[in-house]
Amino acid sequence: MKIIGWGLPALFGALGLIFPLSAAAEWQVNLGPGVTEISRAVYDLHMTIFWVCVAIGAVVFGVMLYSIVHHRKSRGAKAHNFHENTLVEIIWTVVPFVILVGMAVPATATLIKMYDQSEAELDIQVTGYQWKWRYQYLGEDIDFFSSLSTPREQISNDETKGEHYLLEVDNAMVIPAGKKVRLLLTANDVIHSWWVPDLAVKKDAIPGFINEAWTIAPEPGIYRGQCAELCGKDHGFMPIVVDVRSEEDFNQWLVEMKQAKAQASDAATKNWTLAELMAKGEEVYNRACAACHQPNGEGIPGAFPALKGSPMMVGDPAAHIDVVLNGKSGTAMQAFRDQLSAVELAAVITYERNAWGNTTGDLVSPAQINTLKQ
Amino acid sequence: MGTLEQTVETEVHHGPARGITRWLYTTNHKDIGSMYLWFSLLMFLLGGCMALTIRAELFQPGLQLMEPNFFNQMTTMHGLIMVFGAVMPAFVGLANWMVPMMIGAPDMALPRMNNWSFWILPFAFCMMVATLFMEGGAPNFGWTFYAPLSTTYAPPSVTFFIFAVHMMGISSIMGAINIIATILNLRAPGMTMMKLPLFVWTWLITAFLLIAVMPVLAGVVTMMLMDIHFGTSFFNAAGGGDPVLFQHVFWFFGHPEVYIMILPAFGIVSQIIPTFARKKLFGYASMVYATASIAFLAFIVWAHHMFTVGMPLAGELFFMYATMLIAVPTGVKVFNWVATMFRGSMTFETPMLFALAFVVLFTIGGFSGLMLAIAPADFQYHDTYFVVAHFHYVLVPGAIFSIVAAVYYWLPKWTGNMYNETMGRWHFWLSFIGVNVTFFPMHFVGLAGMPRRIPDYALQFADFNAVASVGAFMFGLSQLLLVYNVVQCIRVKRPATAEVWEGAEGLEWTVPSPAPYHTFAQPPLVK
Amino acid sequence: MSTESYYVPHQSRWPILASIALFLMAMGAGGFINNLSAQDGAGFSGIILLVGAGLLAVILIGWFRNVINESRAGMYSDQMDASYRWGMSWFIFSEIMFFAAFFGALFYVRTLAVPWLGGEGDKGVTNMLWQGFEAQWPLMTTPDMEAFPGPKAVIDPWHIPLLNTVLLLSSSVTVTLAHRALKQNNRDWIVIWLAATVLLGVVFIYYQAEEYVLAYQELGLTLNAGIYGATFFILTGFHGLHVTLGTFMLLVIWFRVMRGHFSPKQHFAFEAVSWYWHFVDVVWVGLFLFVYIL
Ligand code: HEA
Ligand code: HEA
Ligand code: CUA
Ligand SMILES: [Cu+2]
Repeated sequence: MKIIGWGLPALFGALGLIFPLSAAAEWQVNLGPGVTEISRAVYDLHMTIFWVCVAIGAVVFGVMLYSIVHHRKSRGAKAHNFHENTLVEIIWTVVPFVILVGMAVPATATLIKMYDQSEAELDIQVTGYQWKWRYQYLGEDIDFFSSLSTPREQISNDETKGEHYLLEVDNAMVIPAGKKVRLLLTANDVIHSWWVPDLAVKKDAIPGFINEAWTIAPEPGIYRGQCAELCGKDHGFMPIVVDVRSEEDFNQWLVEMKQAKAQASDAATKNWTLAELMAKGEEVYNRACAACHQPNGEGIPGAFPALKGSPMMVGDPAAHIDVVLNGKSGTAMQAFRDQLSAVELAAVITYERNAWGNTTGDLVSPAQINTLKQ
Repeated sequence: MGTLEQTVETEVHHGPARGITRWLYTTNHKDIGSMYLWFSLLMFLLGGCMALTIRAELFQPGLQLMEPNFFNQMTTMHGLIMVFGAVMPAFVGLANWMVPMMIGAPDMALPRMNNWSFWILPFAFCMMVATLFMEGGAPNFGWTFYAPLSTTYAPPSVTFFIFAVHMMGISSIMGAINIIATILNLRAPGMTMMKLPLFVWTWLITAFLLIAVMPVLAGVVTMMLMDIHFGTSFFNAAGGGDPVLFQHVFWFFGHPEVYIMILPAFGIVSQIIPTFARKKLFGYASMVYATASIAFLAFIVWAHHMFTVGMPLAGELFFMYATMLIAVPTGVKVFNWVATMFRGSMTFETPMLFALAFVVLFTIGGFSGLMLAIAPADFQYHDTYFVVAHFHYVLVPGAIFSIVAAVYYWLPKWTGNMYNETMGRWHFWLSFIGVNVTFFPMHFVGLAGMPRRIPDYALQFADFNAVASVGAFMFGLSQLLLVYNVVQCIRVKRPATAEVWEGAEGLEWTVPSPAPYHTFAQPPLVK
Repeated sequence: MSTESYYVPHQSRWPILASIALFLMAMGAGGFINNLSAQDGAGFSGIILLVGAGLLAVILIGWFRNVINESRAGMYSDQMDASYRWGMSWFIFSEIMFFAAFFGALFYVRTLAVPWLGGEGDKGVTNMLWQGFEAQWPLMTTPDMEAFPGPKAVIDPWHIPLLNTVLLLSSSVTVTLAHRALKQNNRDWIVIWLAATVLLGVVFIYYQAEEYVLAYQELGLTLNAGIYGATFFILTGFHGLHVTLGTFMLLVIWFRVMRGHFSPKQHFAFEAVSWYWHFVDVVWVGLFLFVYIL
């Protein structure tokens, strides 16, 4: 029985150690120090508290282990008869208190630095949506959505997973290096939380309210993060990518963004055929709608309505267009008027009216959408 | 029910009634205690199976077994069932069994209400589990059910969830009132407050916490109900409300709630360690004061769960300092336990093994709690697996281990038989290893940046998640040994003495094993 | 402290039945409310709710009758009495905490949330999202007037609420007078003072209802009127429910007095109800101050 008692833990302890070793990948077991001044301060704080805890743990567990080994009955230990000592009790109340004060000082200093909301050089309004982010560069007329770009096939294990599996987006948030960027965080539906570990920024995005956060990323680079507040079904699938560029590259990017916008409005005036719209529509649908209404248009009973055979899809187009453009308040159905371009809106509505056995033959044109959007 | 005269006559001298009505109609604290404990075991197994579902999905990156929505339902139900269905009823069950015996009372102060407190629970949980089969699925917004995900965006089953919470609240409040009345009013002559066993003291304070915060939980779910169905705007900025208001009210309940799940555990460990160290508990008075301080501080630290909601700086600092302070009284407890072992004469039967593991692993969980309390650092930890690691360390090898320790400790008193010591040790060692293999790697993935409540994760988290999943199945399977050991102990006659343990002190060890159906019809005299 | 005569009741079937009744009520209410919101018509669940509520009422009557009979049979010692006292005190404490949640919500929105939305204080940038919104209390114009049309006016504290304050305060006096009469064993006066208390309670509820009608029909002060309406109705509503319950309890006590149930020495039920009534009264003073006047 003795052997069972002590052999087992050794065995399983060893197994527990060997298992991850055999998987041999480079794994991270600690917080990263990040890239900003703040993130390094946080890292230092983290390591300080960690070592303080380790030290206290060593003392406490050390004494305990000593007693377990030496003061056991099987070794003939006789119980002593003390059960009080005011002096030691005072000591072990005061000493931890002093240690805590020692921790509180640097913590307070770091926190005050984080709350320094003085003038920033660039303001970006960041809005959380189920399940994507929207970035509006205030004063710059730049406004775009950023959603997961990992292909579905990788998530469903039908394809090998890429290097940045689940941490990649279609449009990254681009910011200039070395400049103070202020983020105005809010949300459109439920609470989300914008988190990029390397910048040590995590702030909740709360519908109806604005939270402020800021960062100065000294070096160009790509920094990845994730939504950190449970926000519904696809909470695990709304990553954040921050693309920090040198000042010239950033200005170049601003120019390109504005050009792309002009091109998009050209496309809206072109004449689209039903087949073209259907092809484009399917792509948009899978990106923007399928998460809820499902790729087969059947929805999830009780949660998200089916579009296949839905009266709205086969009835009057006006009502259908209205819901897609303006959403349905009080439900998860968002307003897509700003999220998608006129072409995309026209395409997806056309697609919904003609896919999965919905056979209206209706063609909703981008021009039509544009007039409604005015 | 019989006439009054019959009632009077049977009340003291007779044993339990026969058949199912013994359990349905009982007013006996031991019967009710047993029902609580069995119910809790059932819920632990159910909540555990949900945890295993979660761990199975997280074994590898990618979606293998379930839809994200179902994953969220599992997370939510796992948290709710473990907290309200497993840990709390287990402690109430232990209080029912032991408090009257420890203070020399004939029964609980209000025996009929006691039975009501219990019987509400199975119905409440039936209703809650039934939501899994409703249209739109079960609650999927986390056990903390933050608005507006739990209001405007919730599945229709949220209404039933709200009423289930109301019922659990009623049950907890009545249970707590009963315990307080018993302790304050039914002590045997000579049993002064400062002679109360620590388990009783910690429960007295826990009961106070329960009465103070369960109504607040009822209040917050009521506001949700109003927002969902009756057009109010408590948690909606459009009408002048605030989603963060929900979090303040919830955590005003939620933080004391976590101490509700640990104070009785402190009490249990403070009973067990002196017994097996054969030495009086070190610093009895300071234990009592420390417990009271923890309870007091519990009311002013709630917003440490909300460091990232954008509170003003002053608020952030206040809640950080207050939270850090809790380490002081908790430390006093840990030091007292260690000082009790020091120069004792220790043996290591199963209850002691679990109690020792409690001291070490709870302290580790406490350390990570202290790290979380440092607001600027919490910005990096919050809503990651580091938090999951923290609270499982204080809840599983904390609360659950203390409950298991208590079961092994008092099982001979309840059944009259000894359990099988070898099997008990097997259970301990498998659990001890399993729990660490499961939850220790969660610190690593958390620090490396893995958010909680996600069904799928980036590739760099894969290895440790696989380890945690293996550990979870191992830990889960070893709990079958607990079931086996308890059933064995009931069925195999291996008579226990009245004192059971060599170093045990207290009134419960003065009555025979098994404890007679009615103990202390005549109050004992405590010197 | 002696436990020698502590009465431990034998088996009782009330608790399990009451649990079933609660379960039916909760299931019924859940279904009923969901159907209402989905505009599906009440359906079957309304009936379940009613059955549950009816069952609970019957059970409580039976349960209390048991307790009353035991008490009158002299089976309760002083120690039992003390258990009931602790029980009732802590129950009232739990009720205080229930109201505390709603008062807390009121203070939070008034001092933090609404000013932030209006552009003041630490989260003042929020006003960007609600341009033109100004913080004020009572909140007459909500951030989004389409979703939550604010009230046209709020209740004038110096009419019905003042009257109701006077009513409730005097009812606290009358119930104390009844208690004094009970201690002097003056049956006629107990009956009179208790009747006066019940009457004051009923009149209070009547005016409260009047006020709600006024709020809905003329002032546009509704549940849907933004956060002012929400806090107003949840606080006064739950208070009103408590007054109703309290009045009902007083009525029961009144009948029991008529039947000669209480003696100057033993009348815990009476005291419990009067504590409850004072508690309801104190909550009202808080309401009058923080909901109506300030
Ligand atoms: C039994 C349950 C339990 C217990 C006892 C605790 C104990 C503590 N917890 Fe924990 N906690 C939870 C259950 C519990 N917690 C749960 C369930 C959550 C997550 C909820 C959710 O979001 O779902 C949570 C989350 C949580 C957070 C929020 C994290 C986040 O979401 O970002 C924080 C932050 O401050 C915190 C802090 C603490 C602290 C400081 C203690 C302290 O009480 C610990 C004190 C103990 C010690 C410190 C060790 C012993 C002391 C010594 C040996 C003395 C010397 C030590 C020093 C001076 C360092 N906890
Ligand atoms: C007291 C409370 C308690 C307890 C005991 C546990 C026990 C366990 N918990 Fe946890 N857990 C919480 C409270 C608790 N938990 C809370 C509050 C949350 C947060 C929820 C939220 O985010 O909203 C959470 C969340 C949570 C997560 C994070 C989910 C997420 O963020 O998405 C995970 C993931 O691994 C997890 C795992 C486990 C495991 C493996 C156990 C194990 O210890 C369970 C072991 C028990 C059994 C397995 C059952 C017994 C055995 C059998 C029935 C035999 C059959 C067994 C086999 C076939 C193997 N829990
Ligand atoms: Cu968005 Cu989580
Ligand atoms: Cu907490």
